[in-house]
Amino acid sequence: MDTISIRAPSVPSSGAKVRRSVRTRLPAAFALLPTALVVLVVYIGCMLWTVRLSFTSSTLLPKLDWFGFTQYTRLFANDRFVTSAENIVIFGALFISGCLIIGFLLAVFIEQNVRGEGLFRTVFLYPYAMSFVVTGVAWQWFLNPGLGLQKLVRDMGFESFTFDWLVNQRMAIYTIVIAGLWHGSGLTMAIMLAGLRGIDKDLWKAAKIDGIPTWRVYTSVVLPLLRPMVVTATVLLATGVVKLYDLVVAMTLGGPGIATEVPAKFVMDHLFERNNIGLGTAAATIMLITVVSVLAPWVYTRYVRPQGRHA
Amino acid sequence: MSTVSVRDVTVAFEAVQVFDGLSLDIDEGEFIVLLGPSGCGKSTLLNAIAGLLDVADGQIWINGKNVTWEEPKDRGIAMVFQSYALYPRMSVRENMSFGLKMAKTPKPEIEKRVNRAAELLQITPLLDRRPDQLSGGQRQRVAIGRALVRDAAVFLFDEPLSNLDAKLRNELRVEIKRLHARLGKTTMVYVTHDQIEAMTLADRIVVMKEQKIQQIGSPDEIYHRPANLFVAGFVGSPQMNFIMGRIENTGEGLSFLAGDRRLSLSGYQFATAPSAGQEVVLGVRPEHLEITGTGIWPGFTVDIVEPMGADTVIWCSDGLGSLQVRTTGSRKASPGESLTLQVDSTQVSLFAADTGERL
Amino acid sequence: MNAAEPQGRRPRHLTAGRIGIYAFLITAALFFMLPLWIMVVTSLKPMEEIRLGNILALPAAMTFEAWTKAWSSACTGLECNGISVGFWNSVRILIPSVILSIIAGAINGYALSFWRVRGANVMFGILLLGAFIPYQVFLYPLVRIFSLTGIYNSLTCIVLVHVIFGLPTMTLLFRNYYAGLPIELFKAARIDGGGFWTIFLRVILPMSTPILVVATILQVTGIWNDFIFGLTFAGRENLPMTVQLNNIVNSTQGERAYNVDMAATMLAALVPLVVYFVSGRWFVRGIAAGAVKG
Repeated sequence: MDTISIRAPSVPSSGAKVRRSVRTRLPAAFALLPTALVVLVVYIGCMLWTVRLSFTSSTLLPKLDWFGFTQYTRLFANDRFVTSAENIVIFGALFISGCLIIGFLLAVFIEQNVRGEGLFRTVFLYPYAMSFVVTGVAWQWFLNPGLGLQKLVRDMGFESFTFDWLVNQRMAIYTIVIAGLWHGSGLTMAIMLAGLRGIDKDLWKAAKIDGIPTWRVYTSVVLPLLRPMVVTATVLLATGVVKLYDLVVAMTLGGPGIATEVPAKFVMDHLFERNNIGLGTAAATIMLITVVSVLAPWVYTRYVRPQGRHA
Repeated sequence: MSTVSVRDVTVAFEAVQVFDGLSLDIDEGEFIVLLGPSGCGKSTLLNAIAGLLDVADGQIWINGKNVTWEEPKDRGIAMVFQSYALYPRMSVRENMSFGLKMAKTPKPEIEKRVNRAAELLQITPLLDRRPDQLSGGQRQRVAIGRALVRDAAVFLFDEPLSNLDAKLRNELRVEIKRLHARLGKTTMVYVTHDQIEAMTLADRIVVMKEQKIQQIGSPDEIYHRPANLFVAGFVGSPQMNFIMGRIENTGEGLSFLAGDRRLSLSGYQFATAPSAGQEVVLGVRPEHLEITGTGIWPGFTVDIVEPMGADTVIWCSDGLGSLQVRTTGSRKASPGESLTLQVDSTQVSLFAADTGERL
Repeated sequence: MNAAEPQGRRPRHLTAGRIGIYAFLITAALFFMLPLWIMVVTSLKPMEEIRLGNILALPAAMTFEAWTKAWSSACTGLECNGISVGFWNSVRILIPSVILSIIAGAINGYALSFWRVRGANVMFGILLLGAFIPYQVFLYPLVRIFSLTGIYNSLTCIVLVHVIFGLPTMTLLFRNYYAGLPIELFKAARIDGGGFWTIFLRVILPMSTPILVVATILQVTGIWNDFIFGLTFAGRENLPMTVQLNNIVNSTQGERAYNVDMAATMLAALVPLVVYFVSGRWFVRGIAAGAVKG
């Protein structure tokens, strides 16, 4: 303590120093002000507003009454919402695991010193550049039973071939999964490939000297090393799952019936078409809670825990 | 008998030739160091011996067997890498036994070998830790242990100490030397760019530059009789002094002449006979210059004094060129002081100015 | 020398493994190319040919009629001016949105990585979390705010929305890039007497070319492909191409003109595809940079 007070010159000059540093930092604070406002008004304000609206009886116009949890009870009694929730779980599980597996395999196979590596990479990733609307429209056309894949196979002589998932209540959600995989696998591949390229070349040499079979190196050595990539890809894909909306609108419009409804679409429909703001915001709040509860462990492992452990 | 024999090997990367017809024979139990600056091809040669790299032409023999087409694991070699290359998320024990497990070695045998290697390297307490819980020095010990359990006849080291700090490097260097002595008949091929490692470890050093072998010889030969200017300049710190001049025949024998400075070469053993008047470079190690009152080269002025504890390096010049002189640490000198130098002609090296080869 | 003696290169033979690798990759490539192929051939066929099936076949009588129709006279709901309207709307939305969001991201990233402003990291943390929250949580109140200020359903409104929701990614992108620059550079500039804006414009910005390219690629494809914001905020006059495309395809009365649909789809996909093929490795870098959160 003593040494510090000895080192500090005199009170007035150190005060001037503080004032000067505040003055030089002022422009920086000003530059961040618009973003701070956006964070406050949009990211915090609008979120709270939405949560508040979910406890009102608002229909066409927002009201600020207190409706308790009535909207939530209605929500979970609502077939359309329950189907949406089920669908997003099915889609999420298949889409994320599918993208991870396909993406990893594509990356591994591309890494085997193949000819035309660049071409393969380009082909696998280009769908990711396209919008979900384009993706949905393209797959809707290819999978329509009348003129698409089913007709193609039947015309080839397999008269009884049936592939009507797009118009089949029970199977339609899986066509969305297929389109999603087509769109997103390339992204996972790119992330995994970057991870594979980052692996120490000496590790491969060591494994070769030890005579470890290639597949075994991938499962025992490489895969554990790719864990950060897998986590990144999963988080990225998961945010895509929650936002799933355009693809459904373009491909099935939630149909046949309500077979491919998803939460994001449920919210949009109730807010802007069905004039049921209370129910729509309640569904949005449920989405928010789900995302936060999925996100929390990830944020914890990634940002909170490492600081505690490593010195 | 040689354990490793590289016969006329050519290596090519995408049509660019790295080596062209390179040959090297390594004796059983020998410690060979491949020394050279980065990009000189020393690691490429090591990888070719290991079979991690396809040779374009020539043969590689290990233990009397032509292994040119063999897989690395079947060559009877073990290898240690600069980046340790330990398998992450496997314990030290698993790291050391993974290869043996893959080769279907019986469990008790694996255990025996792992324990023996661990004891030899004093890493027994670390066996159940994971690589990320170890320090750099410990990791490299584990990597050496992983090589040891293979019971290989030939050990390949690819700059194993380059990632370690100076103190650890010295420690592990000694340990590798001790290990070589204890293993007896094990041949070691060791790649480094560090001349101290090369000098201290090697039975023979192979100095390489631009994909060509410059000189093969014992550390003593490399240091005292460098085959060319490159070897002379690369090995030794502080660097050898080079003085441009020419050969003159004075009637009482040959002597070296630079400006008005002269050195009789009567004590010098010529590798190839020079001709009178030939342009040459005289190489003198800093410790072979002596500061005496009766020296043959007077008139040097001290520029800079670098005390290094045990030694002192004095930079001095005579207007034409500057020389480094290494003397004992007790020798005091101050800039501006005038010096006279004595040169021992039996300790110098002479190189042809045009080819750089030793005369 | 003995002829059987191994020498030189290991003999290479096409092993079953190699064949398997190529078989897998080629099959996968066909699967990925299939939709694009079908879109292209369908858009070049007349309707009579499409009705016959054979979705994979090359057009027997190739025609660009569907493309011209899709561009200039396809119906989006009641109006029949083609998707060109949407194209130009998208361009008008794209240019200011990309420029403004990149400027905002660069300034934020610079301020965050070089200047210690109190509370800035908390703000950044919330912003990052915001990137994961579904848009549906913010949309309705935003619509109300814009209605109250009177800019709802305008070009200004949609551009503003793109800038707001581009903030997390753009800020993160620039912050991470600037955090990788040597801090000594900034210190030297401070010692030379540079202020906030001088250092930004004279020292930092000239070093930002790679990240500006990445940000541009990310924003151009992202904003061009946006559907939900365009639908909600742009207003009837400014609907972007994605929304127009969806209207053309999914609101047709009577028999659907698949060739026109596919031509319109191709037109809507054109800009991001060109960006993708031209930018090549930069595109991947953009994804990687956007992917490595925090």
